[in-house]
Amino acid sequence: MSNQHYEIMIGLEVHIQLTNLKSKLFCSCRNDYRGAEPNTCVCPICLGLPGSLPVLNEKAIEFATRLALALDCKINHRFWFFRKNYHYVDLPKGFQISQYNKAGGKAFADGGRISIKINNHKKDIILNRIHLEEDPARLVHKGSIATSPYTLVDYNRSGVCLIEIVTEPVINSPEEAREFLKQLKSVVQYSEIADLDLQGSVRVDANISIKGHERSEAKNINSFKEVERALRHEIIRQKNLLKRGKTLILETRHWDEKRRITISLRKKEFEADYRYFPEQDLTPIEITDEFIDRIKDNLPEMPSERAHRLRREYNLSEFDSDNLVLDKDIANFFEDGVNSDPSFGPNEYKQFCNWLINPISGWLNEHNKTIKNTKLHSKQVVDLVNYIKEGKITTKIAKSLIDDLMEGVSVSKLLEKKGKARISDRIFIEKLSKEAIDENPKIVEDCIDNSKAIEALIGKVMNKTRGQADPEITREIIIELLRKMGIID
Amino acid sequence: MELDNCMAYELIEKIRNREITIQEVIQASFNKIDETDQYIHSFVNYSKQKALDKAKNFDIKLKNGQKIGKLSGLPFANKDLICMKDFPTTCCSRILDGYNPPYNAFVIEKLVEQQGAIHLGNTNMDEFAMGSSTESSCYGPTFNPWDFQRVPGGSSGGSATSIASGQAILALGSDTGGSIRCPASFTGVVGLKPTYGRVSRYGLIAFANSLDQIGPITKCVQDAALMLEIIAGKDPLDSTSIDIKVDNYTEEIKNSINKKVLGIPKEFFGEGIDKEVKISVEKSIKKLESLGSTTVEVTIPHLEYTVATYYLICMCEASSNLARYDGIRYGKITDDLSGDLFDVFKKTRGENFGPEVRRRIFLGTYALSAGYYDMFYLKALKVRALIKQDFVNAFKKCNSIVCPTMPITAFKIGELIDDPLQMYAIDILTCPVNLAGLPALSIPCGFDSNNLPIGFQIIGDYFDEKGILNIGYQLEQELNIYRKKPPTLIRGI
Repeated sequence: MSNQHYEIMIGLEVHIQLTNLKSKLFCSCRNDYRGAEPNTCVCPICLGLPGSLPVLNEKAIEFATRLALALDCKINHRFWFFRKNYHYVDLPKGFQISQYNKAGGKAFADGGRISIKINNHKKDIILNRIHLEEDPARLVHKGSIATSPYTLVDYNRSGVCLIEIVTEPVINSPEEAREFLKQLKSVVQYSEIADLDLQGSVRVDANISIKGHERSEAKNINSFKEVERALRHEIIRQKNLLKRGKTLILETRHWDEKRRITISLRKKEFEADYRYFPEQDLTPIEITDEFIDRIKDNLPEMPSERAHRLRREYNLSEFDSDNLVLDKDIANFFEDGVNSDPSFGPNEYKQFCNWLINPISGWLNEHNKTIKNTKLHSKQVVDLVNYIKEGKITTKIAKSLIDDLMEGVSVSKLLEKKGKARISDRIFIEKLSKEAIDENPKIVEDCIDNSKAIEALIGKVMNKTRGQADPEITREIIIELLRKMGIID
Repeated sequence: MELDNCMAYELIEKIRNREITIQEVIQASFNKIDETDQYIHSFVNYSKQKALDKAKNFDIKLKNGQKIGKLSGLPFANKDLICMKDFPTTCCSRILDGYNPPYNAFVIEKLVEQQGAIHLGNTNMDEFAMGSSTESSCYGPTFNPWDFQRVPGGSSGGSATSIASGQAILALGSDTGGSIRCPASFTGVVGLKPTYGRVSRYGLIAFANSLDQIGPITKCVQDAALMLEIIAGKDPLDSTSIDIKVDNYTEEIKNSINKKVLGIPKEFFGEGIDKEVKISVEKSIKKLESLGSTTVEVTIPHLEYTVATYYLICMCEASSNLARYDGIRYGKITDDLSGDLFDVFKKTRGENFGPEVRRRIFLGTYALSAGYYDMFYLKALKVRALIKQDFVNAFKKCNSIVCPTMPITAFKIGELIDDPLQMYAIDILTCPVNLAGLPALSIPCGFDSNNLPIGFQIIGDYFDEKGILNIGYQLEQELNIYRKKPPTLIRGI
């Protein structure tokens, strides 16, 4: 019984703000409300004042079209916006203007897919639809909702354009969900419609069930990172109930980020009836083939295309290229860097890529930063690759200097600063020692009868490494080389 | 100075020629209001000081030879659901008590800010425009100047009586199922409901947004034409407003109508139409024939379904449009703040919406609910399409359709208020026009044996306001009753 295999089915509803829009979905208020005083990016329309009417931001249709094309969805050519009716303080009109794929309504686009790889196994996560809707206002509480003495409402967020991406229930594990969201984030970034690293730009609802049992919906997951956590918790909760012989019920649960548990909100049979019907303050939206073609022609390169190109142009492996392209800024960093030094070839590309995928991405994750938010410059990584190649610094030492690198300190400065660092790479020291011997025949000759002349050769190697070569190792190597040459015995 | 027999176009001339100052005009309006409004109750809020200040300002401008707007100095009455910046705009509902919009409706920008009409105040109406008698206002009813015992029609009752009694020269109404034409008919004035999309709804507080349309209420057709010229046209803030050329209505109304083909829909003269109304309208049709128009019988076969269809759709839309009134951000909130948020919502809405509004919210909410949507709302949309097609077919045979505006003349206050179904039934001849989105004009065409005005309705093809105003103007000139004053006002009160 305890080893019973449970098949997990997960469907995600991902809401993302189109943060790259200049104005809101139905009015000309500033879309970028972050950092603004509460209730200053508002007008009669997004405040839902009596008599105001929505006017569609056509740029939002363009952005949605880009995403739909990038996700391989089928775009609907004609649709109405619908009203989703419910009462809450964050909804100033008493309804949200959204889209609906029933009752004669249509989503923005149907179908689509995102490919993910788990342990080298490729899988397509099939999408059900994507649609546009307006964001409700932001509620501000003192501490947790349950104990706050008040609720403050900030309408700056009211009317910001959201796009909702709904998957089919084909995700079978929290890892798959994580990979899916990683790829989705990447596609959104490449489509240039949103910056999902901005606080509050993402909200996810997850439907989770164990095959053969009722599902639950976990709401209010406010970042991609939280999704995996919420899913793990919910799966364990459901499994434990089953193990104890309990029955799972259809219900909506709230993900409590602080306590890292889900809490039951309501049983589904009492679910609100949203009384969807067409929003007749807007005319039906028409999307022509010409419009779609125009967007398609101007669609930026997508991550999968870029990965192909990087393999072709830089000889990168599939693993390296897939990882490198995930974050567009990192991929740009790579290309800017490797192209700035004409001496670079496949080896250097690989080295440069390794730096980005391992120490740098790791550091960014650990510090919760994006590469754009650091002072790291591609010139530094170019120098690193060159210095390591020339033996001026070892990989190990360089990695230990990552904090300074991310602060933008140049590699040469670092070497000066860390002058006491030792180079002990035998092959590298041997190479430099050979050079020193070749370049200084006079000193070599002196070595025959003056053992002190060896010190002069060691000094030459030291010069080449700015004093960082390990003097003992250098001495050993030079003596050995001179022996082989028959200079000393 | 008496305004009750003065047309807007005449007053404009008088002001231009310095026969009268604007201050005299506005003072005359307020004198009339002071004298009559205690009996009629056209207005619910006044803007007297601001109006007088503005009048003074315009007079100075005129004196200095400065240019003023087309309507400068004309006393204007605004229906209490068209947003006036910083002026109480309440839909005659307690729930909007104390609400001053922070912006002007498109039509107010045009009439008042750009063309200089002087706002006297806001007029009484059925709460949220839901009614045909102006009895459901939270401020109490408006009384018909032709007989104080009778309703003025609704919902734009106050706007109509302000014109009928000579308190104002220009008025705005809104028409969702007849709310301009019904009171125009009952009070003997001109009311025009433009094509859906002809006039921007930006700033019109919605009752049923797929049906609502703003229009003028005036003493004569030429004045209605003058107002429409100013308020018609595309507004980028109303996605449903349409960019179609606005005609030179004030000129075109004077054209001959000798080539017009008038459609007479037999269903509009059937059962339930008062005999005197029918006779009066038929007489007017004869007049139009004498002016050279020909008539042809047309049919609107789905007329019998229009009242049910209309009420279903308008209630569904209203249930959603009125969801925003919760007393939290503006308007009136319950005094009893105990319980949770939803308790406060419920008490606020229960206490501050009147019975007719509550009835429509309930019914609309019910009809849109899961399981009923297809049966009610979707079916109503299908019938709406059929009614629209009936009109499209009819207009293949004629230029305009002529018929009564209302099946009856003004009824007694309290007579129908407790019988909603009968109250709804009197919209039978006006609401099909809204379902189809067509323009229609109501002009007075005679009086019944109680000396109550009878309304003549001219329904036009889409965006053919020019055509119906033309027919209306010619008939008005031929009938020549439009200067007739209500007897209560002649007798003196």
